[in-house]
Amino acid sequence: MIEISHVDKWYSPTFQVLTDCTTSVTKGEVVVVCGPSGSGKSTLIKCVNALEPFQKGDISVDGTKVNDPKTNLPKLRSRVGMVFQHFELFPHLKIIDNLCLAQQKVLGRSSDKAVAKGMALLDRVGLKEQAQKFPAQLSGGQQQRVAIARALAMDPIVMLFDEPTSALDPEMVSEVLDVMVDLAHEGMTMMVVTHEMGFARKVANRVIFMDRGEIVEDAPKEDFFGKPRSDRAQKFLSKILSH
Amino acid sequence: MDAQYFSEGRVRAGGHVNYHWNWGIFFEPNPMGTGTYLDMLLSGLVLTLKTGVLAWIIALIFGSLVGVMRTLPSKAAGWFGFCWVEFFRNMPLLVQLFLWFFVLPELLPKSAGLWLKQLPNAPFWTAAIGIGFFMSARVAVQLQAGIGSLPRGQKMAATALGLTTVQSYRYVLLPMAFRIILPPLTSEFLNTIKNTAVAITIGLLELTGQARSMQEFSFQVFEAFTAATLLYLLVNAVVVTAMRFLERYVAIPGYITGK
Repeated sequence: MIEISHVDKWYSPTFQVLTDCTTSVTKGEVVVVCGPSGSGKSTLIKCVNALEPFQKGDISVDGTKVNDPKTNLPKLRSRVGMVFQHFELFPHLKIIDNLCLAQQKVLGRSSDKAVAKGMALLDRVGLKEQAQKFPAQLSGGQQQRVAIARALAMDPIVMLFDEPTSALDPEMVSEVLDVMVDLAHEGMTMMVVTHEMGFARKVANRVIFMDRGEIVEDAPKEDFFGKPRSDRAQKFLSKILSH
Repeated sequence: MDAQYFSEGRVRAGGHVNYHWNWGIFFEPNPMGTGTYLDMLLSGLVLTLKTGVLAWIIALIFGSLVGVMRTLPSKAAGWFGFCWVEFFRNMPLLVQLFLWFFVLPELLPKSAGLWLKQLPNAPFWTAAIGIGFFMSARVAVQLQAGIGSLPRGQKMAATALGLTTVQSYRYVLLPMAFRIILPPLTSEFLNTIKNTAVAITIGLLELTGQARSMQEFSFQVFEAFTAATLLYLLVNAVVVTAMRFLERYVAIPGYITGK
């Protein structure tokens, strides 16, 4: 589903953020990307739908090369759902309109169809009653659930999560993770940048550990948590799992 | 000649004790035979409003386009926006109106220049377009700041959903940016109206111009300019009130200025 091969990205010759990153995500797989801050994990996931350009290597999604100038990027992106750290709901639109905007403007769905789809998804994330409210009237956890519903409204073939719980108060983390766990169990292909190791243990198939722009470890979940090969991954795990 | 009239007014008011106040002057017929002096001032007011509103529309359209261009990743668009803003905001408005009105026709090929000079209502169009372009530079800078104040993730979220750049601006970035800059835009609208007074220098008989002619004909300088002052205040009070309503109308529940 996602093929990342030998990707390099730099802002200047001396400031390289990604170095020779190669990995893949197959259909129905849940891959968790973790690593210390500044390790390039958010940058890597943003390269997948070309929100960030990269200088070398190739990335393809469902057979379409994202770094090909001939690729219709808006069309490709509309099939790749993305959830951001800071939710990024559109503050001037009601919750339901947040879910309908791209359905109508990008997919060309009728207003009725878009609203029906939007309401069904709001129901699924437990926020049907909030449809007529504005984003600023919702809690962080609710906003992030809306953001997930907004991405799902486009019927994506894969979902990207960029630290979806990092900006949340602790008591709201689980309501968002619950939605993500459900999604994983339904077979959604997911690439998730997160520090939530509990989530990784529960639903991930593979864990990618990044450090200083490199993929240091790319292993099945059991191997990663059981016997990480690299020193850096061991240190990282001992730090975040110590309490 | 103009300076002479002004100084004469001053002498009458300050030097001589016997300035003849005459508030009834507004209802006396003006020498042009177009009704009373009040009619004269009101016709000036109408022209001020026409010029101001047209200039504001031009300022909003061009200011929005240029403001957006300055936020695009394209270097060419950024450069064009930069040049536009620096050209129109770094020259006094008076000089700009002189440029468009007196200098431009001379720079054009003879026939085009002549055609321009003979356009009916040339002072009106020159003033509206000149003031509009001048103000567009200010609108552009404010819109750029408004767009720049939005989180970077907003554009990313719109892009990630598959919206094109045009759609991202139309449906996501501009609705928020304009809400944020609404209060300073109100000031710019007021400035636009007040700046129409500069057009007196290219012969536009707007409100200030008519107050001047009234003074010249009747020598009632204080009455004329008191009336003009009140009319300016009234117009701007209406604009301020209308913009307050607009601000309240577009306020977002739960968001900064919203309830």
